[in-house]
Amino acid sequence: MDDLRLKILELLREDGRLPPSTIATMLGVDEKTVREAIADMEKKHVIVKYGATINWSKVDDDKVTALIEVQCTPERGRGFEKIAERIYLYPEVKSVYLMSGAYDLLVEIEGKTLKEVASFVSSKLAPIESVISTKTFFILKKYKQDGVIFEELNGDHRLAVSP
Amino acid sequence: MIKQQVKSESEPSTEQGRRRSMADYLADNVKAIPPSGIRRFFDLVSGSKDVISLGVGEPDFVTPWRFRDAAVYSIEKGRTQYTSNAGMPELREAIAEYLHGRFGLTYDPAKEVLVTVGASEAVDLALRALVNPGDEVLIPEPSYVCYSPITTLCGGVVVGIETRPEDEFKLTPAALRAALTPKSKVLILSFPNNPTGAIMTREELLPIAKVVEEHDLIVVADEIYAELTYAGKHVSFASLPGMRDRTVLVSGMSKAFAMTGWRMGYACGHPEIIAAMLKIHQYTVMCAPIMSQVAAIEALRGGMEDMERMVESFNQRRRLIVQGLRDIGLPCHEPQGAFYAFPSIRHTGLSSEQFAERLFREAKVAAVPGNVFGKGGEGFLRCSYATSPTLLQEALERIGKFLQTL
Repeated sequence: MDDLRLKILELLREDGRLPPSTIATMLGVDEKTVREAIADMEKKHVIVKYGATINWSKVDDDKVTALIEVQCTPERGRGFEKIAERIYLYPEVKSVYLMSGAYDLLVEIEGKTLKEVASFVSSKLAPIESVISTKTFFILKKYKQDGVIFEELNGDHRLAVSP
Repeated sequence: MIKQQVKSESEPSTEQGRRRSMADYLADNVKAIPPSGIRRFFDLVSGSKDVISLGVGEPDFVTPWRFRDAAVYSIEKGRTQYTSNAGMPELREAIAEYLHGRFGLTYDPAKEVLVTVGASEAVDLALRALVNPGDEVLIPEPSYVCYSPITTLCGGVVVGIETRPEDEFKLTPAALRAALTPKSKVLILSFPNNPTGAIMTREELLPIAKVVEEHDLIVVADEIYAELTYAGKHVSFASLPGMRDRTVLVSGMSKAFAMTGWRMGYACGHPEIIAAMLKIHQYTVMCAPIMSQVAAIEALRGGMEDMERMVESFNQRRRLIVQGLRDIGLPCHEPQGAFYAFPSIRHTGLSSEQFAERLFREAKVAAVPGNVFGKGGEGFLRCSYATSPTLLQEALERIGKFLQTL
C-alpha cells in the first residue's frame, strides 16, 4: 500500500467524518486523488465500514459484553473456516478471531443482559459439534477502546496564550 | 499577629525609614525592559469561555506516556538527587548521539554539552557568557520574545534586523551587513522561526556564514524547532564549514517531544564557551531537575517514532490552516517550520493589536498580535495550529465571519 493511502486510512480511523476535501488539504494532494483512493479502498473492502466509537456505559440502555475462548477441532482440509462461519453468522457475535496459543477462537458477544449472553453460549455456541470447550469472560468496565481513553481526565491544560 | 505584620509592611515607606520609592530600589537594566506584550494579551484572554485559542506556543500533545513513565519509575526508585552540574552523563551522551544522527553534528558530551532548564536558560547563559556592556547583539525580527530583554539585562545593545514577508521572513546577507558596526558581536539565529514559521536552507545560510566569518561574529543558534521542519531537512548552522566553533547551539525537548513543562533544554558549543556557561549555570540553578533528565533520556533514546508521528500531524494541520486562511482572504506566506502561521492583516486597516483584540471580543478567537515579536511584526497575526483539526476549522470559520464585518 502506498504512503498516501496509509495516511488517508490513519486519518479516517481517527475521524471517519473527515471530508475528502479536508483530507486532501491536510495531506497536500488534490481532492480528486483522495476521493478516488477512498472509493477504491471501499470497493476493495479495505475500508469496511464507517461507525462511531460509543461509550455504552453512559447510555441508559447498557450492554453486556463477553469474550469467549473457544477450543475446537479443525476440519480436514478446511481448518477453522467453517466453524468460524457457523459462529460469526449469529448477529449477537460482534467479532471472531483465530488465535495462537492455548485456545483457537476468540469470540466477542454482546447482549442486553448477563443471562442473555450466558444462554447464547450454552444453547448456541457450546453445542456446535466441533467445539470442545468454552470459557466465558464478562467485561466489567471498558477503560480504552479503539485508541480512545473513555474517562480521560486531562483536557487541554495549556495556557490560552504563551510566547 | 500575622495580620498586623502584613499591615505594617503595606504602610508608607517613610515610617520604615526608607527614603526611596520601591521603584528606586530596582536595578536600572531591569527597569529598562518593557513589559511583555504577550503578557498583556494573556491577561485579556485568560478566564474567558468558549474561546478557541490559536495563541498557544506549545504542542497540543501530552508528553508521550513512555517518557512520563520513565520519570515516574525513576521517582519510585528514589532518584531525587542533584545531578552533575552539566547534566547526567548519560543524557549528555544521548544528546550528542541524537545531534549526530539527526543533524550530522559532533559534540564531546564531556566538554561540549550542557543540560539546561529549558532552552530559555541556555539562551540566557549564552548571552551572559558572551555579552559585555556596549556589545551589539544582532536579532533578526520578528522573533521569539526573550532575546532582546536578556541582551538588555546583560548591558548589551539590541540591534533588531527586520526580516520581510517578501523574503519569506528569512535573514538576508544584505540586511545583516547593513546592521553591522564595529561593536557587533553576537548574531542570534532562530530558524525555524517563532512566530513566522520561516526556515533557512543550507544555500540561504552559507552567505550568512560568510558574513559571520568576515566580521568575526559569534552566533547563538536557537534551533528548538529544528525537528518541525516541513520542507526538506533542517540544516543546523553549526554544521556549516567553519561555523561549529563560532556557534552556540541551543535546543531542547519542549517542541518536538511535547515536553514543555519539563523544562529540558541544552546548549552545545566550543568547550571554553560551554565552560563559561556552566559557571553561571552552577551558581544559579545547580543542575536541571533529575526527573526531567530521566524523561529526556527516554525520549532521545526511544522516542523518535512518537516525535515523527507528532511532526506529521503538525504538518497536516499546517496545510489546513494555511489553505483556510487564504480561503477566507488573509494573505499568508507558506510557513515551513515550527507550528505557527503568520498571516497579514494589513489590508483590514487595523493594527495587529486592534485586530487581535476585536477578533477575541467579537469572534472569540485568540491569536497573538504580530507586533509583540519586534520589528516587522506589525500588520501580522500569529496563529498557532497546535490545535485539533476540528477546532482549527471552527476558528477559521469564525475569523472568516469576523472579516466580513470589517
